[in-house]
Amino acid sequence: MYQIRPEDKACIEEFRKTPIGHHSPNLQRILNLFRGEPMAGKFALICTRPHREWTLAVLSGTRGERIRMTEEVFHSLEEAEWYVFKQRWAKYTGEHLSD
Amino acid sequence: MKQIMGYSDKISVRPGEAIRFMVSCEKASSYKARLVRIIHGDTNPEGPGYKEQAVKSEFDGTYKGRKQAIFAGSCAVIPSHPAFDKLSSFSVQAMVWPTTPEKGRQTILSHCDAKSGAGFIFGLDESGGLALALSDGTGKTEEVRAGKPMLSREWYFVAASYNAVSGEVCLYQKPMVPYAKVDTSARVEGTVTIKPRNENGAPVVIAAHPVRMSDGRERTSAHYNGKIDRPILASRVLSRLEMEQLRSGGPPASLHAALVGLWDFSKEITTERIIDVSPNRHHGETLNLPARAMTGWNWTGEEMCWKHKPEQYGAIHFHDDDLYDAGWDTDFTFTVPAGLRSGLYAAHVATEDDEDFIPFVVKPERGKATSKLVFVVPTASYMAYANEHMATDATLAELLTGRLATLQATDVFLHEHREYGYSCYDTHADGSGVCYSSRLRPILTMRPKYQSWLGGKGSSLWQMNADTHITDWLEALKFDYDCITDEDLHFEGYEAIAPYRVFMTSTHHEYWSKQMWDALDAFKKAGGRLIYAGANAWYWRIAYHQTKPGVIEVRRAEGGIRAWAAEPGEYYHSFTGEYGGLWRRQGLAPQKMAGTGFSAQGFDLSSYYRRTKDSFDSRASFIFEGVGKDELIGNFGLIGGGAAGLEVDRADRLLGTPPNALVLASSENHTPVYMVVLEEILINAPGLCGGESDLVRADLVFYETPSGGAVFATSSIAWAGSLSHNNYDNNVSRITANVVKRFLDERPF
Repeated sequence: MYQIRPEDKACIEEFRKTPIGHHSPNLQRILNLFRGEPMAGKFALICTRPHREWTLAVLSGTRGERIRMTEEVFHSLEEAEWYVFKQRWAKYTGEHLSD
Repeated sequence: MKQIMGYSDKISVRPGEAIRFMVSCEKASSYKARLVRIIHGDTNPEGPGYKEQAVKSEFDGTYKGRKQAIFAGSCAVIPSHPAFDKLSSFSVQAMVWPTTPEKGRQTILSHCDAKSGAGFIFGLDESGGLALALSDGTGKTEEVRAGKPMLSREWYFVAASYNAVSGEVCLYQKPMVPYAKVDTSARVEGTVTIKPRNENGAPVVIAAHPVRMSDGRERTSAHYNGKIDRPILASRVLSRLEMEQLRSGGPPASLHAALVGLWDFSKEITTERIIDVSPNRHHGETLNLPARAMTGWNWTGEEMCWKHKPEQYGAIHFHDDDLYDAGWDTDFTFTVPAGLRSGLYAAHVATEDDEDFIPFVVKPERGKATSKLVFVVPTASYMAYANEHMATDATLAELLTGRLATLQATDVFLHEHREYGYSCYDTHADGSGVCYSSRLRPILTMRPKYQSWLGGKGSSLWQMNADTHITDWLEALKFDYDCITDEDLHFEGYEAIAPYRVFMTSTHHEYWSKQMWDALDAFKKAGGRLIYAGANAWYWRIAYHQTKPGVIEVRRAEGGIRAWAAEPGEYYHSFTGEYGGLWRRQGLAPQKMAGTGFSAQGFDLSSYYRRTKDSFDSRASFIFEGVGKDELIGNFGLIGGGAAGLEVDRADRLLGTPPNALVLASSENHTPVYMVVLEEILINAPGLCGGESDLVRADLVFYETPSGGAVFATSSIAWAGSLSHNNYDNNVSRITANVVKRFLDERPF
């Protein structure tokens, strides 16, 4: 599994600017790590108002077992991506990114 | 949470024919129903918005709401018979390949009363070991257990005998493959005091046992996951040697009198029948379509086709989540009136806080086409994706889309209600692939307004709702069109499309039976014109069941992008005996049908096409009328922001693209989430992503056929998502309209 390196911090700003779309190889490698997490405990979005509102949820990874809705609500997909990126960055590096 | 949902008994009807609708309400005591013509199911505010046309019908009105449940899980049932009731001493045996021995109690073979439990249940206990439970019907049960759990996905000989005189029970659990230091074999002798009451009028049930529900209906319970091969029931205590003699081949004459039933699942594999080859002929039927044509305990690996060595395909793979027909009671019926315009319709049913659309196609009266263009609604592909669970079950979902998996209320409901059944992209709870998919259940992913996690950023549409981008465009530009479905193409063949000049595909017409393929091939050979308005079509070969309506089979054999892999030796369809898998692996790559075929996929953003030198060829000038020579094509759209995206196809002479084909434009600048399809990869090496590989592209292709027809291929699932841009005034719409107009013109190419 890829281990995030100190020099990968340069990818944070790149992600913040373009969370969905073309990425540098370094950022893509980090995203492959983040987005390839197992299903139990994995973040997902639940659309709560079509095209307008999405609520962060945590997948159970077990068939039939409830998906947990969080209180985090977003009004753009980019906003949601940045929030989850920060959570995952902290999980893998211990570093908490500010907004 | 979904509050209302339903399904219909048919998916395609013509004037004069009746279609039944079955509806379930979670809580509401009433709901309203009405008929709508579906025009545009996309609710994206960036596009034209949701559009439907209300049509007065005989079923418009208010109905009583009620909850209708689904009971998933397959089994085989042999109707009750005095021979089963007369059992006193008995023996039961089978070869089994359990896939979830740890799951809890699972029945291999039972003869017990649904209400009292009287009789016996032969199966796995909570620990996963063999057990025989005997019950006298007064609430008393005694059980003898092997005491050792079986290993998953290993063949076992399992047997039990009961001596009614002595009360002696013998159990045998013998693995076919022994392992050092892991001994799962058991031979247990015990004595019971109970007198099991087999005089209970019950059927013999394999892979489950009957229970009575609170509503008085009989259902089945303790469904077994895994394969069962050659189950046998005998009316006396058989010796271990006699059991061994029955394990293969024809039963010796000396044991005929003792046999009650010997069910040979290698007989009549294409059907739901199970055949008792004992002299008693106690035949039965499977319920909820467990998988047949499965390798048996004696499969040697030397023969891959079940038709050639059926005796090695005596296993049926049962699943506790198999589902064929939800079996709901009918709420209302609609007889299609004469003159109802052909198209995509739905019964819209709504409670105060939720709604559902039950879609179906109205086709023209037989032999009376009302247009020269037919839009073929890919119902087989809709069924292959029916109720898919990848966003909640498959780790790769977020990697494929390059963004967080976005779920709808529907997806959450399907995650929690597994009894609604699976798609051919899912695995069963035991990890085996789902090879059958039925439409006789609510297919909640086949709905207008439904957004799919797989449908690209923006509108996020996939399959049926994405195809409404095409119906909307046809309506907006006032092109007449008829609709038919894959089922019409399959069952009626060329006749279903012979009256038309133009055959227009959907955005993702992926699943084709041989009959469908042959019909379209005949259409092209007769001078018909094909507009391939999507990508990744003619990919998987499917089979329709030969007698049961509304169910397809897919075997994910050998190559291709597969959500699961068929087991070795299980590549041939059970419904027909035809070889399954990719059409490309059967010598019929999509390039042979439409000049292009699946080349790469990615599900984040879409891109654009750039014109090539071929686009300035005079043969193609009609296509580019009104399009500037330097214009990028489709650098806009509702599906991923461009016309080239999601799944994309390319021309390839070596795979069958005709030598006269013009590659008019190619897409470029795809993101690194796009990757080359697996069937192109022989030796895996870096350089397979968008921006790296030349195979990550969509080719816009045109060519003439020898009989005066022509083919135009857009090669992108996202193409249709760009049609409505700028109020339908854009180069994707213009190119498509130029092609439709010229293709409708009878002048030969």
